[in-house]
Amino acid sequence: MSDIGPRHPPGTKLPVLSLPPMELAVLERYAAASGDHARIHLDDETARAAGFPGVIAHGLLVMAYLGRAVGGWYPDGVLRGFTCRFMAVTLLGDRLTCCGTVVTLTTAATEQITELDVSVIDQHGETKLKGTARIAAPAHDSK
Amino acid sequence: MKEFDRSRIGTRFSSVQARVDAREISAFARAIGDLNPIYFDESAAIAKGYRSIPAPPTFAFCLKMKQQTESPDRLLWRVLGTDGAGMTLLHAEQSFAYESSICAGDALTFEEHIADVYEKKGGALVFVVLETRVSNQAGERVACFRHTEAARRDL
Repeated sequence: MSDIGPRHPPGTKLPVLSLPPMELAVLERYAAASGDHARIHLDDETARAAGFPGVIAHGLLVMAYLGRAVGGWYPDGVLRGFTCRFMAVTLLGDRLTCCGTVVTLTTAATEQITELDVSVIDQHGETKLKGTARIAAPAHDSK
Repeated sequence: MKEFDRSRIGTRFSSVQARVDAREISAFARAIGDLNPIYFDESAAIAKGYRSIPAPPTFAFCLKMKQQTESPDRLLWRVLGTDGAGMTLLHAEQSFAYESSICAGDALTFEEHIADVYEKKGGALVFVVLETRVSNQAGERVACFRHTEAARRDL
């Protein structure tokens, strides 16, 4: 993602981060890296017993993708707050897109605070996750 | 589900300690497809103003979970005083507040408690809010997590 710098006014839609279709191998790798080995994310039978059509992605994996998008949007920013509600489950094959819109931009003496609305949607436009992120950046950033 | 009574609010979990490991950060970044060099190369991280390789936003939450020997579900059921049979826990909300950076080499302490318990849909859904305060080796508060888990009866 290109370095777009921190000074985007309210209303700016940030470039989306589009991810490849969800695969079991991704969930297995995330389980190993995160330590979350809950069977509902890895085993179809367990997921079906809980009423899902098959394994569901870890909610925090989807949130981590959003965190990755925020890091791409604000490479020199510092994330101060990050909140998400998990709205719908992600199944294998789902193509996720991370979206962000600038809500407010506040300039103080030494830093600028940007508030974003963030969301993750799938190929059908269903919202998987939505929330907010607050990013601090130096006020005199040259980028 | 009367066993989820609000008297559980305030219950503290055993505190957890963990060291932040650069290789674990790199593996985590790779698992979420984030190839930002700050997660792989200490000099790239230092050039961006970090003390060392920084933890991605959700990493420390996972680090805490890794140290807990019980599965998160079983731990929660135990603290709530039920076996959770015929029920599924789903992550409903997650919030992170960061006060200071978390970097490779840091030694973190996680202190977690039940911040709230409430019902929706006449008890068909029970929400449990877990709050975790994270401090580092200098005793500074670095982060606070709020994690809402929804317990739902299986269909």
